[in-house]
Amino acid sequence: MHSFGYRANALLTFAVTILAFICAIASFSDNFSNQTPSAQIQILNINWFQKQPHGNDEVSLTLNITADLQSLFTWNTKQVFAFVAAEYKTSQNSLNQVSLWDAIIGEKEHAKFWIQISNKYRFIDQGHNLRGKDFNLTLHWHVMPKTGKMFADKIVMSGYRLPDAYR
Amino acid sequence: MGWIGETVDSIKSIKIRQLLIQAVTLGMIVTSALIIWKGLMCVTGTESPVVVVLSGSMEPGFQRGDILFLTMTKDPIRTGEIVVFNIDVSGAFIKMLISHLQVHERKTTGEIDVLTKGDNNEVDDIGLYADGQMWLNRHHIMGRAVGFLPYVGWVTIIMSEKPIIKYILIGALGLLVITSKD
Repeated sequence: MHSFGYRANALLTFAVTILAFICAIASFSDNFSNQTPSAQIQILNINWFQKQPHGNDEVSLTLNITADLQSLFTWNTKQVFAFVAAEYKTSQNSLNQVSLWDAIIGEKEHAKFWIQISNKYRFIDQGHNLRGKDFNLTLHWHVMPKTGKMFADKIVMSGYRLPDAYR
Repeated sequence: MGWIGETVDSIKSIKIRQLLIQAVTLGMIVTSALIIWKGLMCVTGTESPVVVVLSGSMEPGFQRGDILFLTMTKDPIRTGEIVVFNIDVSGAFIKMLISHLQVHERKTTGEIDVLTKGDNNEVDDIGLYADGQMWLNRHHIMGRAVGFLPYVGWVTIIMSEKPIIKYILIGALGLLVITSKD
């Protein structure tokens, strides 16, 4: 009853249970944080807008992204993955989402930023439907915890439009 | 000489009963583990509710040896989600690990085309798909990651990369079961 084997077994079980409990509580505490992120995106310039040899439209944009994601960081946050996606409808597809830019934010200090870049990933359509297209730019973020449940949310900004002709 | 025969008989009968009890106990443990696993599969809706991260394609977010909890609901798949997908390459299923969904287009029939990219990779995953495959569809996707535990998956990685450790462990467990008095 008091052999080494029994004691080691009891200790190990207890340690693992407590560890699992702590991880669950850490994850649960994320529900209580008050999150107020904000963002703004401006399209500074349409660099070019062409039809590819395969028949798909492609656009290159320069974006100006301002965001404050500092309130998303809790003590249980490992990193925040933020990305900007363009969303639009076509006659064939009820929804298209094309990711234009992403960033991994490791620390709270870097979460308030202003950046001006051209799109990191190519904005290519399935087809040639982009002329004169209205689209939304959405800033999504995923909060990756040190342990536990991951959270994701977004801000939708609408009112952007592509030009009516290729250039 | 009669009592020696009796003693031998009684020893034999005890051994058999103990052996049977131990076998049944072992069977109970194995089947209850299986029940829990299958139950998890039902609840989460995916074939593999818990996966271990094997590649470094999502660093620094997910390192090798972390455990991911997956679910697969009927919710539409959207950009940014972290997914685990299967690719059939020459008939064999390769379980690939996760990437953030990069491009996602949906047709009005309800089917989707998806392009993925790992955080730590320079380019998207098209090179990993089967020859000529440009998009993933819903049936390729095993599940979405919803939760995460660091470091716990190293046990699985060690056991699969050095199978000798697996044999030693199973041998030791078997020995423990046989030699324990209860």
